[in-house]
Order: sequence, then C-alpha cells, then structure tokens
Amino acid sequence: MKMLNGKTLVLAALCAAALLAGCEAPPPEVVQNGYRGLGMQTNYNTDRLQASLDANVPPEPIPAATPGGPKAKDLYKNVQVLGELTVAEFNRIMVALTNWVAPEEGCYYCHVNEGFEYDGIYTKVVSRRMIQMTQDTNAYWKDHVADTGVTCYTCHRGNPVPEYVWTSDPGPGQPSMIAPTGQNVASKSVAYASLPYDPFTPFLMQDNDIRVIGETVLPQGNRSSIKQAEWTYGLMMHMSSALGVNCTYCHNSRSFYSWDQSAPARTTAWYAIRHVREMNNDYVVPLSEIIPDSRKGPLGDVYKIYCTTCHQGAYKPLYGAQMLKDYPALAQPLPEGGLEAVKAAKEAAAAPEQQAKAEPAEVPAPAPAEAKPAQEAAAPAAEPAAEAAPAEAAPAPAPAPAGPQLRYPPPSMMQYPPAPLQYPPAPAPR
Amino acid sequence: MAEYQNIFNKVQVREPGYAGVPLPKGEMPRLGKPLFNYWIGKIGDAQIGPFYLGFAGVASLVCGFIAIEIIGFNMLASVNWSPVEFVKNFFWLALEPPPPAYGLSIPPLGDGGWWLMAGFFLTASIILWWIRTYQRAIALGTGTHVAWAFASAIFFYLTLGLIRPVLMGSWGEAVPFGIFPHLDWTAAISIRYGNFYYNPFHALSIVFLYGSAVLFAMHGGTILAVSRYGGDREIDQITDRGTAAERAMLLWRWTMGFNATMESIHRWAWWFAVLVAITAGIGILLTGTVVENWYLWGIKHGIVAPYPSELTLQDPSLLQGVSQ
Repeated sequence: MKMLNGKTLVLAALCAAALLAGCEAPPPEVVQNGYRGLGMQTNYNTDRLQASLDANVPPEPIPAATPGGPKAKDLYKNVQVLGELTVAEFNRIMVALTNWVAPEEGCYYCHVNEGFEYDGIYTKVVSRRMIQMTQDTNAYWKDHVADTGVTCYTCHRGNPVPEYVWTSDPGPGQPSMIAPTGQNVASKSVAYASLPYDPFTPFLMQDNDIRVIGETVLPQGNRSSIKQAEWTYGLMMHMSSALGVNCTYCHNSRSFYSWDQSAPARTTAWYAIRHVREMNNDYVVPLSEIIPDSRKGPLGDVYKIYCTTCHQGAYKPLYGAQMLKDYPALAQPLPEGGLEAVKAAKEAAAAPEQQAKAEPAEVPAPAPAEAKPAQEAAAPAAEPAAEAAPAEAAPAPAPAPAGPQLRYPPPSMMQYPPAPLQYPPAPAPR
Repeated sequence: MAEYQNIFNKVQVREPGYAGVPLPKGEMPRLGKPLFNYWIGKIGDAQIGPFYLGFAGVASLVCGFIAIEIIGFNMLASVNWSPVEFVKNFFWLALEPPPPAYGLSIPPLGDGGWWLMAGFFLTASIILWWIRTYQRAIALGTGTHVAWAFASAIFFYLTLGLIRPVLMGSWGEAVPFGIFPHLDWTAAISIRYGNFYYNPFHALSIVFLYGSAVLFAMHGGTILAVSRYGGDREIDQITDRGTAAERAMLLWRWTMGFNATMESIHRWAWWFAVLVAITAGIGILLTGTVVENWYLWGIKHGIVAPYPSELTLQDPSLLQGVSQ
C-alpha cells in the first residue's frame, strides 16, 4: 500500500505537470464584441499583444510645409499625380515617401542621374501607380479604411517591397500523373490547416464565389460542394490570422452566413475583400510588364496584396494610428487647385453633411450626394473577371497580362452536378 | 484476495500457453507459439498468440495493405516523391476524392481515380474483417454481438464514403483519406450545411458517445469495486445473483434511485455504442439530401435560441445589387 501511494503520487505529479504545460501565461485579455454568452470575443495574450503594439507604431510626422508658393507641376517636369501640390508640400511628401519606402536606398531608389523627371526606372513608374492607389483607397474605399485611411507606411514599413505579399502558389510540385489539389500541405497562408494553401488567387484576384452556405431550410439548388467550402474556409483562416482575431470577430459562429447576427466588422471585411481585389487587378497586376523577375513568384506573377500586407496581425493596421491626416495629399486624387481646392470643398460640404470627405473636390457645390455614388462606382469595378479589369486600368500602353492560371479546378468549378435520384429537385440557377 | 484498487492489472495468470478450443474440421490452423509478456499483462492478457487468420483474415489484410499503399504513395507523390517533405507534412497529406465536377463517373487515376480505388480496397478489407469477426464468433460457438456492433460502425463509414456521395451525385462529397484533411472536411461539411449543432441526429450521436463513456466508467468502476466479493464473475451473477451483484445494485439504487442488472448493463453499453454510429450515419444521410441548412431547420422547428441584437447588419451585396 505504501509503495502504491508513492507511485501514485509520482504519477499524479507527472499528470499535473503535463496538464499545466498546456496552459499559457499570462492570462488572456478578452475583448467582447457580441451579445454575451456567445463567445463573440477576441482573446489576446498580453505579452504578444504588447510586442505587437510596439511593432505597430507609426513614425513621427514630418512638420507641415509652409503654405503657398508655386505648384510642383510648374517647377518640376513630369509630375503627373502630385503636380497640384505646392513645391514645399511636394518635397515634404517625397521625403516622407523615401523614409517610408526606401530609407536606406534614398532618392535614387526611384530616381536616376539622367534627371529626376526621367521615367526609365521601373520603381518610379510603380511608385506613381502606388500613390494613385493610395489616393483612390482613401477617397473611394472608406467602407474599408474609414477616415483613418492608409499611407505608404501602412504596408511598406521601411521596406521597398512590403514584407507580407503573396504570389500564386504552385504547391510542392507533383509528378505529371497526379492532378494537384491545391491543398493538404502544412502552409502558413491558412494558419497551418490542411485547407487550400492559395485562397488568394481565386478570391483576392479572381472573383470566385466566396459564399457556399445554403440559405434555405431544404435543398433548393445550391450545388456548392464541401471542397468549395474548404476554399472559403482557407480564405477565412488567412483573414483571421492576418487580423489577429478569431472567427467570432465578424461572425456569430452558430450561423456563419447570417448577416443579421454578424458583427459590424463583417461589413468592413466584405468591402475589404473587394477593395483588395480591385487593388490587385487595377493597380498591381498591370505593373507586371515592368517589374523584374526577381520580384515575381514561381509562376511569374508579381507580388500582390492580401490582408496581412497592411494588417500585419493587428485588427486595424498600426492599431488605427491616424497617420493620413498629416499627409492630406494622399487622401484623394488631387483636383485642379491642389489641397486648397480640397479644403474648400470640404468646408462647403461640412454644413449639410459630414460624409462628403470622399468627394474628389473638382466641383465643390454638389458635395454630399456625390460621395456615395462614387463609392458605388468603385465597388462594381472590383467585380469583373481578372482579365477584364487590368486592361482598362493599365497605365502603360503595354497590355496587362492575365493573372496566373490556377493549376487545379478553381472553387467556382467545384459545384457538384445534380443528384441522380432527382431528390432534391433539379437545381434552379442561382 | 487480489488487490483491484489500482490503475493496472495486479493479477497475471502464468500457465503453459493456451492454444484455444479445438477448431472445427477443415479450418486453417492457428499460427505461432504462444508467448508471454509481463508489460502486456499489465493492461491485458499476458499471453500473445497463437493467431488465426483464415481466408477472410488474409484477404482483409491484403486488401487493407493495398489500400494503405495506394493512399501512402499518393501522399508521397503529392509532395513530389520527397521523403523529407512526406515526413514533415505527414499529418497534412491526403488522398482526395475527385473534384465534384466528375459526379459519379470514374475519374482519371491521377484526379481522384486512386481515391476510388483505395476506397474500394479499404471497404473490401473492412467487410472481410467483419466476415472474420462473424465467422470467429460462430466457430467459437458464441453469439455475434461484436460483429453486429462492428457493422454499425461500417454503416457509418459507408454512409460517409459511399451512400451519401451517391445520393448527392458526386464522389467529391466524400471524405479524403488523411489525418488533418479529414478533420478539415468535418468542419467544412458542418459549415457548408449551416452548422451541425442544430442537426438532431448529430446531437443524438454525441449523447450516445458521451453516454458510452459515462456508462463505461460506471460499469468498470462498479465491477472492480465489487470484485472482492466475486463481482468479476459478472455473467454468472446474471442468474446466480450473489452478494457482489446485490451490493453493486444497491450502490446505484441508493445513489440515483435506479439500477441496471448484471445483464442489462451490458445491453445498455452495447446499444449506446451501436447507436453512436447509427445516429451519426442518419445525420450525415439527411445532410444535403433532405436538409440544406441545419441552422435554418432549427429556426423552423423552434430549437434555435433567440437573443436580442443591438444592431442588425444588412448583406452589403444586397445593398449594391451584386451577387457575391
């Protein structure tokens, strides 16, 4: 009996130690974001949260430029996007840009000795397009970026190429007699699930249907397959890890599809998906022609944008730091008259409604009504197929190459055919 | 008297190896000389062997081997024959059923055909093993309870991999062979069909599963507790009820007002275990064929708890008239 007790004690101690090894110190910090008792909450490890907070601090703003003075377009040659700025503001933006994007390489990362106006270096052409992308984002995608907006720093963080980008993933490579399935290897892109490891090409570039869940009690023709659900699931895993949140940050997990039970963040995310799709198709992919092969993926497609590019583990990039307000030139495409005109338009619009900030202030008068249609016009632009969109937005005469082809059936082709038993009845077109 | 209050066996019987009752004429022989292992004796019978395989056993092992080889080599091929990647990704690798577009047709080998073939051999292997459990029971002159319990598990397996895919009209609906992939499939079918939480047969299956664990603990604990009075002679005591049976019954009658008997507790356990797989199979059979969204089904039948919502979102795709 004595022996028994001794051994039992050792065993119990071992068990307790093993159980405790599964615990995580310190206790998590919990932020509730839904009705009580639903687990609609975000859990933070306080140590890692602190590390993330420290890593997501924006740089000090550069002191404001002295107002007035000549326009940049009058003094410098070939200023296509920021020409309406005053020279002082223009130079201030150029300095900020250098600090954000190429702090080590300096001005000559994008400019060459032949003259600062010279466009013969691809980085300059890319930067111009990226500035336009930032302006469009801040002006027309407020459903995603709100008034916080984005700057170059949101993604670049001092790197010429943002740290977190994606290219189409051909997978580990298979012998020719095995058709790739696009899933089932350990992949960080879907948080180490065995889900399809490249949900980006079909969803963040092509516009495959993300929704798979049937919205009727009984089968009425939704042919989405379980495999298709795994593609959607893969995208959701990416979004979750990119934002450092769990499913219930947006969804009520008892019914993922219902909007009436979702958290408001889901609406933002809905716009975000379309916004990212538009950025990839209208801005990034058309630059493929000029971007060197060293900055392309294994299938020859350029580095593209996904949620992690800006979010980097934070539910709001840089934890919502108000960086854009110090750089108003990036807040919208510059109208005739530059920032002065923007300001005037804003003041004119402020009286009836505050919403008019999205207004690209060419015409100061009909401000508030215009803001919404502008967004609506922007959203459908994200919808057309990958091949169509880049062509109309290409800055250079070069025809934009279509995105890389998936090597496996895309999720939209993963519909299963009608059941042989004719029960449920034949599917109606969705 | 042997001491039973322990995690491991305290009693190990050491006799010359027992070859078992004589086999009927015409049966294949049992193979191997019995040997004893002290550590195996801690958790089971210390004697290992002799073995009986027979036709069904040999055929089952051959089919099982073929199935495992097909699955394994397909997994190896999916990482380009790299043994290192195979080991690194082992838990993630899978042999996937064909893409749903193939319906119920026979797909090319490399695009799901191997899955179909592996499924065929695995099913053959399992059914041959079932025949073996049935035949062994008959050969020993026992009842066939174990075989029928196993059959319920086979029913569930066939539901997932054969019956439901056929009803849905697509092999692609079936479960992949792989460790994490089959778990992801499990999560995906629940999400796709609107949350299995509201699938009543899923709930029943869980009831029987957890119930089985509770019954197992209650029964095992009870019998060990009364073994000092001969309670380990459970089956004797069905008809020849001794003090062990009386005390065990009283324990439960006093603690919860009702007690099973030495016979009925085994029927309870058998049915709980068998119903886990039967109810699970029914739940899978109804999913997608009869019910599209279990959450909405739950609302329709009043089993979804409502709670107040402070703000109600609208589907942005409806606001904009886009179908995404």
